[in-house]
Amino acid sequence: MLKRLVKHKLAILGALIVLAFLVAAAFAPYLAPRDPLKSSLREARKPPSPTYPLGTDHLGRDLLSRIIFGTRVSLLMAVISVGIGLAVGTPVGALSGFYGGATDMVTQRIVDIMMAFPGILLAIVVVAVLGPGLWNAMLAVGISFVPTYVRVVRGAVLELREREFVEASRATGASGLHIIVRHIMPNCIAPIIVLSTLQMASAILWAAGLGYLGLGAQPPTPEWGAMLGEGYNYGMIRVAPHVTIFPGVAIALAVLGFNLLGDGLRDALDPRLRGRL
Amino acid sequence: MIQYAIRRLLLAVPTLLGVSMLVFGILRMLPGDPATALAGVHATQEVVERIRAEHGLDKPIHLQYLGFMKDLFRGNLGKSIRTALPVTTEVVSRLIPTLELTAVSMVLAVLLGVIVGVISAAKPYTVFDYGSMLGALVGLSAPVFWLGLMLMLLFSLQLGWLPAAGRGDFRHLILPSVTLAASSVALIARFTRSTMLEVLRSEYIATARAKGLRESRVILRHALSNAMIPILTIIGLRFGALLSGAVLTENVFAWPGVGRLVVDSISARDYPVVQGAVLMIAVSFVFINLVVDLLYGVVNPRIRYD
Repeated sequence: MLKRLVKHKLAILGALIVLAFLVAAAFAPYLAPRDPLKSSLREARKPPSPTYPLGTDHLGRDLLSRIIFGTRVSLLMAVISVGIGLAVGTPVGALSGFYGGATDMVTQRIVDIMMAFPGILLAIVVVAVLGPGLWNAMLAVGISFVPTYVRVVRGAVLELREREFVEASRATGASGLHIIVRHIMPNCIAPIIVLSTLQMASAILWAAGLGYLGLGAQPPTPEWGAMLGEGYNYGMIRVAPHVTIFPGVAIALAVLGFNLLGDGLRDALDPRLRGRL
Repeated sequence: MIQYAIRRLLLAVPTLLGVSMLVFGILRMLPGDPATALAGVHATQEVVERIRAEHGLDKPIHLQYLGFMKDLFRGNLGKSIRTALPVTTEVVSRLIPTLELTAVSMVLAVLLGVIVGVISAAKPYTVFDYGSMLGALVGLSAPVFWLGLMLMLLFSLQLGWLPAAGRGDFRHLILPSVTLAASSVALIARFTRSTMLEVLRSEYIATARAKGLRESRVILRHALSNAMIPILTIIGLRFGALLSGAVLTENVFAWPGVGRLVVDSISARDYPVVQGAVLMIAVSFVFINLVVDLLYGVVNPRIRYD
């Protein structure tokens, strides 16, 4: 009983955290006390104080305002890269799983190749080709999410295509595409929702990682990872540690929110995904 | 088993081939003219032409690929633009520190993760259980580079106990490997706990307890040895996460590994080195996965080879 309650509470906590970040992104101009881009060298590297609740960075910009506006950048990057993975990976996975045979073989080998570049490395390869920047980083993270969607959706479809209702639809002479769209996909919604929520967490982490490495959002864009990287590069970790501490807290909180929500959704929608997602 | 091993080996061939094509493509897919990109902004027309000929960029693409593969099998990945050293030399000398960091982190992650997971499962819904699972959530959510910087801030800059950067004696290894291991410790601990809890509900555990065995023996001998197989699967999957995390960790701690080489080379537009380093990481990863898959067969007699 206690266990159930805690699980439930954690999922709600996750939803609240996500909601808080959404609100921060939507109302950033009203919530931020100052202009996130306005620098003033006289105010540089100020520790947290009543005037600057989280202090200022190496150009004297208000850190709290930058973090609040950074919510927009990070959430936008996450939504778009998850969107790319979803839009490309879902149909490919569905077709691959449903038709099997040579289509499946070729698709799976391509997925193998993409998965040979572990984690963020595939995104780094894409950035190496396209060049650093906010949009290229989104595209890069999106591309590196494609194989995961292909694998998860394919797995779900493989299981579903043997079920009676698919058999029944086929017996009525329905086309393959009709069966996929009308009968199979509605049953794949649960794993896709769970995966997408958890991928939001990864997307925020990876986008921030690219930003930190200087391969993602470029200054002066207030992106959490890039802010942290700038804080480190300008040797400020010693003199102004708050510049490296706070953006990281924002990243960790946002990731925690999506992870908790994703875990909760998984347990509620499809407990069999436990251990797989 | 032998048949499975051969099949698995054969499947690695198209993967490696595809990896080589993708890596080959890095240089050719650069927007604009790759030779100009390689030569840099201020290069004269002659330099650009020389680089174009040197890299065979004036030939048709399939011949370029064949030449690339021929060179690859001779261990020739071209020369670094920055240092003019052979790429192979540069990359191989950086691979060892990366493998060292990854291996140490893996050992750390498995030891800590399994121990914490087993204790949590043995004493579920206690303070230790909630505390460690909360810690695991934080470990999974904190970005690896931030965690590294925070540890550096605390243990090197504030307390002065450990060196902040570079590679040397084992004290240099502590902060980077703890940083890199953190998310894997968290994941392995969570997974060990849930697997153990499931196993502990089985009937043979009830039998073992009914026989009057000591609880420690029931947990370690009867439950853990059966829970180990799914746990090993998760451990095998962590290699990718560790290699990926190493890219970021190496950059935080100025660890002279191949991940740092990739990032530095991208910033310096040293594309031959980017190619070589990326190729090396991907090939190592394919081989690690191959070994892990084959080991499952040895560890788990129940595995089906179809």
